Amino acid sequence: MRPTHLLLVVAAVLLGAAGGLGAFTFAYAKGGSYLTDDPSACANCHVMREQYDGWVKSSHRAVATCNDCHTPHTPLGKAVTKARNGFLHSAYFTFGGFPVPIRISPASRAVTEATCRSCHAEVVDAIDPGGAAAPDQDSCIRCHASVGHWTR
Amino acid sequence: MTASTKRNRLFLIAALSAVAVLAIAALLTNIFERRQEARNPFYRVVALADTTEDPAVWGQNFPHQYDDYLKTTDQVRTRYGGSEGVPVTPTAADPRSVVAQSRLEQDPRLRDLWAGYAFAADFREERGHAYMLIDQQLTGRQRVARQPGGCLNCHASIYRPFLRAGEGDLFAGFERLNRMPYDSAAAWVSHPIACVDCHDATTLALRITRPAFIEGIRALKASQGIPDYDVRTMATRQEMRSFVCGQCHVEYYFKGAEKRLTFPWARGLTADSMLAYYDGVGHRDWTHQRTGAAALKVQHPEFELWSKGVHARSGVTCADCHMPYKRVGALKVSDHHVQSPMLNINRACQTCHRASEAELKARVEEIQDRTYQLRNVALDALMALLADIEAAVRTDSTAPGVAQARGWQRRAQFYADFVEAENSMGFHAPGEAGRILGLSIDATRKGQVALRGILTRPPSVGAGPR
Repeated sequence: MRPTHLLLVVAAVLLGAAGGLGAFTFAYAKGGSYLTDDPSACANCHVMREQYDGWVKSSHRAVATCNDCHTPHTPLGKAVTKARNGFLHSAYFTFGGFPVPIRISPASRAVTEATCRSCHAEVVDAIDPGGAAAPDQDSCIRCHASVGHWTR
Repeated sequence: MTASTKRNRLFLIAALSAVAVLAIAALLTNIFERRQEARNPFYRVVALADTTEDPAVWGQNFPHQYDDYLKTTDQVRTRYGGSEGVPVTPTAADPRSVVAQSRLEQDPRLRDLWAGYAFAADFREERGHAYMLIDQQLTGRQRVARQPGGCLNCHASIYRPFLRAGEGDLFAGFERLNRMPYDSAAAWVSHPIACVDCHDATTLALRITRPAFIEGIRALKASQGIPDYDVRTMATRQEMRSFVCGQCHVEYYFKGAEKRLTFPWARGLTADSMLAYYDGVGHRDWTHQRTGAAALKVQHPEFELWSKGVHARSGVTCADCHMPYKRVGALKVSDHHVQSPMLNINRACQTCHRASEAELKARVEEIQDRTYQLRNVALDALMALLADIEAAVRTDSTAPGVAQARGWQRRAQFYADFVEAENSMGFHAPGEAGRILGLSIDATRKGQVALRGILTRPPSVGAGPR
């Protein structure tokens, strides 16, 4: 066999192995579940178990899933947020180095604030004409901290 | 495309694929490991029984809890508490090479406050649970006064010794060891507090093992209109997370000739109601050396002060802050390294309070700074009262004002010591600590005016307008 042919075989085998192992890992890690809105997908990793358990007991369980509050209500925004958080969560969970109890990032807080206000627009408009521009001054969960998932 | 370019490209593809295979395999392994973590494995390697005293044996089944329990040997200071390792030269009488800082040296007023009582000889900051037995055995107080066996109720793992001494009867063993002098009782014990003191060996549930608490809480509940309260069957799981600590972190005295360890709770848990109880039974801990007052020494009433604070009111227990949950892999365990929440703000406070560590620490220390200032005012006032009574006694100890002033000293001292001896510098119930120190300062004032011929009555602390 010529050297080039040998290299071709090696490259093909390795490429196939990467593809096969990648496909297996994707399936084993329930990769497909992340493309759905199923809240149990968010608790695939045990780090989110308390939040998931809290949501199961919460008032919003009947009306909102994780994605309804934690991703923007536009198709593009939702995809970008899922990709960003998916990447960061995977990286942190794999390599460690995050504080426990886990806390929401400022960017994600802005998302939840906007989604609260999106569904509850009628109520919020009446009490906060300023809108979501200054969420730190008038944040929904400052008072309604338990609505999503009470983990205390 | 030349053959060599083609070879180079193939080589690059092969190399990148190899790296990808490695990375995916590593990721797969990591995901697998995380999955294993989440399975909450529990390996029962030894059979535990009610007779298993040695915590190391329990530790074989519960290594995380045991490892943390061993960490109570740590000595770390906080602003107003914790303990600092002070190196000392070991002697034949005291083999310790490290002790905690002396509170008497930090605040010499305490020597005057307790003049004539063993605490004026040696009083140090408390160290962790691991030191409870050795520090009690080697305190300078042992050298100036014969300490009772009852001390060991809380300075040793004494559940099994009680049962042995009582031949299976917890209360009989309790009574027997209470009557012994310290050294005789100490021969019955071997460990500081251990697993068996708080946990049932088969269910691991929290349980009460100290007869004094069973009797004390029964008397308290009776005063609240709940007859025949049995804490062993009637307490909720959440209550137990404070009650197990309340078996020791409380005010107490040794009642009568049989030296029965007793919690003065029959009228309530406030400083006032405990003082009223002591007045009612005519108890004094000692006669004050400088003034002749029938004085009382308060002992670490953490449980009582906590019960008057907003955390207790909100259902937050001792364990919630002093043994907060922590994550070990995917396991959620309560941290058996019992310590100041100020050394563990993240887990202790931030589970509920959404503020930064620095902010939470500042909030706590602001409360403690205020209490400390008020405590200093109360102690300074008391020093003046002691000097006044001492002078009056020298002139004429039978003068009517002297007896009154001694009574006020007893009150003022009890109140000031209540906050001083309590190990949170007011944090467990800030408003209550301030109220008690206010009562102390008022009593001191009345003691001083009594010596000038103005006799007053105890303050009327009414319920307030409705």
